[in-house]
Amino acid sequence: MGRVEGKVAFITGAARGQGRAHAIRLAQEGADIIAIDVCEPINAVPYDPATEEDLAETVRQVEALDRRIIATKADVRDMAQVQKAVDDGVAQLGRLDIVSANAGISGRPNRSEDIPDDEWSDMLDINLSGVWRAVRASIPHLKAGGRGGSVVLTSSDAGLFAYENISHYVSAKHGVIGLMRTLALELARDMIRVNAICPTTVDTDMVQNDAIYRLFRPDLENPGKQDFADAAIQMNALPIPWVEAVDISNALLFLASDEARYITGVALPVDAGAAVK
Amino acid sequence: MGVLEGKVAFITGAARGQGRSHAVRLAQEGADIIAVDIAAQIDSVPYPMATPEDLAETVKQVEALDRRIHAVQADVRDREALQAAFDGGVALLGGVDIVLANAGIAPLSMHPTRQEWFDVVDVNLTGVYQTVEVSKQALIDRGGGAIVLTSSTAGLAGIGGSAPGGLGYTAAKHGVVGLMRSYANQLAEHSIRVNTIHPTGVNTPMVVNDVMQEFLQSDPLLSNAMANALPVPMIEPVDLSNAILFLVSDAGRYVTGVTLPVDAGFLNKR
Repeated sequence: MGRVEGKVAFITGAARGQGRAHAIRLAQEGADIIAIDVCEPINAVPYDPATEEDLAETVRQVEALDRRIIATKADVRDMAQVQKAVDDGVAQLGRLDIVSANAGISGRPNRSEDIPDDEWSDMLDINLSGVWRAVRASIPHLKAGGRGGSVVLTSSDAGLFAYENISHYVSAKHGVIGLMRTLALELARDMIRVNAICPTTVDTDMVQNDAIYRLFRPDLENPGKQDFADAAIQMNALPIPWVEAVDISNALLFLASDEARYITGVALPVDAGAAVK
Repeated sequence: MGVLEGKVAFITGAARGQGRSHAVRLAQEGADIIAVDIAAQIDSVPYPMATPEDLAETVKQVEALDRRIHAVQADVRDREALQAAFDGGVALLGGVDIVLANAGIAPLSMHPTRQEWFDVVDVNLTGVYQTVEVSKQALIDRGGGAIVLTSSTAGLAGIGGSAPGGLGYTAAKHGVVGLMRSYANQLAEHSIRVNTIHPTGVNTPMVVNDVMQEFLQSDPLLSNAMANALPVPMIEPVDLSNAILFLVSDAGRYVTGVTLPVDAGFLNKR
């Protein structure tokens, strides 16, 4: 019997990267999935966006595990789209137990005074307000299910500490921690738990791109993946440059399962010791 | 196949309560166990501590799962005795992968004594330090491992009251966090991870006894200090065991330096 057998999980940003890994890991343990992803370019994003083909691949991999998945192209910046996707998913899958507010972007590195107004707005709208919209759309369904629930917000070590040249990202991820803490109090009496995961660098397309390479290696003209690894490993205490998406999925699975039935209000680093270093 | 198949875990305070639960839960997942417990009374502790019969019961429950267990009556305050117990276990079971510094006391009562301070700091802080010291080289030799130190909500917040035992408890549990952070940094290069767990009130003989209940009810500030956000008065030992299982298994292979509350939202509510 799977560790989340009989549960339904709503996952944002599920087309690829951590979101897809979450969908697969939860499905392996018995959950059905409601998945959304914007699948479109965003102005503030300096790397290739996820596509509808990516989202279709997530669907294929979940269905290959014999679990059901309702996937919708939807933007976390649009409350109506998010609400409709969740409502439709619950209508088809019967209930909602788990929310993974995972959708997020990394932006172009700039000093705070040089961040364009629209890039700041996109960042906050997706990485903070988008998290709130995902939870807001889900709360009535979690309560209606009558069995409590587990909400996991994807923050970052940048939700706990300062990093230069990405103040929009740092601000949004810090905001996610405040949202988590408040939701944890508001939803406790309904046995709905709310926690955040704070990853260090994860090996996904959001990180493996030229903009991030330049952020980490401003000393090089054309830094590549190995140059990035050389810098990234310095941030972690464990001798590794980054963690894999499945490592975040395993933390999510623990928090989503009944094994963590009394864990709420916690910001859990999965960060190879970057915070303690 | 269990997620800890082929691993060996060293657990202090394993005669009953959380320690026994950890031994059983890890054995369910395939681990063999080296268990130690003082299994005797400490004079300043006002509730009955574990007995040799309790430790024998842990042995029985682990063996019923078809796992091996080396159980020794030893005091975490006694470095030589602790080292001997550990070495004996390694000789029997092979190298160690997991260390759980769980042994602890809570000398809280209506009749405080000065001695409480010294005993609780000795057991709850020095005992944790010695547990890691006797075992860390074995983990290094093994090429990696996971250590979990049991702190408390009182390791992150100033609760516990004003008597010597309560102050010592809170100070020791805070100290465990400092130990964890230092060890996490020092041992990272050996791929050894070190984390703390922070329980709220747990349904064990350390908390559920007449002396502790009288103490908690004596002061509304203290009983409020035990109130969780989730509508549960206390949690079960297996909830800590499950958190430990996540931390020590491959699912937590890159989690280190973390203070993990298992507290029904207690700390966030403050």
